Amino acid sequence: MPSLKDLKLRINSVKSTQKITSAMKMVAAAKLRRAQEQAEAARPYSVRMDRMIASLAGKSSGVGGPKLLAGTGADDSHLLVVMTADRGLCGGFNTSIVRATRNRIRALELAGKKVRLICVGRKGKDQLRRDYASLITDSIEGITRKKVEFSSADEIGGRLLQMYENDEFDICTIIYNRFQSAMTQIVTEQQIIPASVPGVDEGADGAAGLYEYEPDEEGILAELLPRNVATQIFSALLENTASEHGARMSAMDSATRNAGEMIDKLTLTYNRTRQAFITKELIEIISGAEAL
Amino acid sequence: MSDTTMFELVSPERLLMSRDVSMVVVPGGEGFFGVLPRHSPLLSTLVPGVIDVYEDGTITDRIFVAGGFAEVTEDRCTVLAEEAVAVADLDVAATEQRVVDLRDELKDATGNEADRLTRRIAELETVVVAMKLAKGS
Repeated sequence: MPSLKDLKLRINSVKSTQKITSAMKMVAAAKLRRAQEQAEAARPYSVRMDRMIASLAGKSSGVGGPKLLAGTGADDSHLLVVMTADRGLCGGFNTSIVRATRNRIRALELAGKKVRLICVGRKGKDQLRRDYASLITDSIEGITRKKVEFSSADEIGGRLLQMYENDEFDICTIIYNRFQSAMTQIVTEQQIIPASVPGVDEGADGAAGLYEYEPDEEGILAELLPRNVATQIFSALLENTASEHGARMSAMDSATRNAGEMIDKLTLTYNRTRQAFITKELIEIISGAEAL
Repeated sequence: MSDTTMFELVSPERLLMSRDVSMVVVPGGEGFFGVLPRHSPLLSTLVPGVIDVYEDGTITDRIFVAGGFAEVTEDRCTVLAEEAVAVADLDVAATEQRVVDLRDELKDATGNEADRLTRRIAELETVVVAMKLAKGS
């Protein structure tokens, strides 16, 4: 049986752990709110961008269209952009993305495709490096550390476009966690190159067919599509950041609760042991007195 | 029908401006154009330049954009711009500094990276020229 002193020490250490986890939970909650606001604020841009692309793509849906829309005509080599967090302690957040990525890689390799990876975030790289070190062509870290800036999404987008122009891949997919609520995040695979065109909603926007174009459809598309890649990456980054904080918040919440339960249990044992100790001492005194 | 049109300025990070104005003049890819209420629907690219917002016959806002897109419908003008700054707050020196920094980076870059930087520098240089024009006017 552990001594009273040991028990006291353990209770204290669990207590300080609980303090840390509950502080982390609070921090994550604050960050989550900010990330959600940011994601909310960024929505108008991508909504309008989608609307423009939808109305344009409906016009020029030909084989001769821009490469970013029509694709290279092959699907032999795939590029996966895996978005994870830079830090751990957020429940199954990173693991679930990595698991989805592994499944995807396996499926693609079975089908005889060439796969390459770009890792955004340190944790994903760390986990994928074990099995697929040779596939990782590039990795980017430290974006989610502070506020997510559009310029970093633009930079990633720039790299992708450059690779695409050099024919280094045919299809690019991003894998990230879409934010549902603080408790649930949905691992999402989204193809960004060639652009998957949102359905043209003629009914809602009857004017879609009546636009004049300056300079012309193709000219606008050629400018719009590269921007769209960056925009999609940006919104994925924002969703991912919100998900990360959400996941961390619920992970830290349950850690705090676990610590509380443990403290209760240990305190109970502590009191029992103390009681037993006192009883024992009393028995010793009484039997000592009776022996006289 | 009202005699104002809705003007929205959106950056990737947030909605910067959304209000009813009497006219906006935007730097389209094929030249400046003014948007009045009941303008015919139009999609256009933007070149680096200044957006003038008119209310009751006077310019109330002058905003510099470093390129983007404009979508015009009968009752609305939406501008998507990655960078938008009020002309009064323009910092030409900072952008010039960025060009210098990128040139430094370009010295050590190779292959893909170099191509990307070269293009970025060219883009920024046109932005700097446009900024200077905006400041002067």
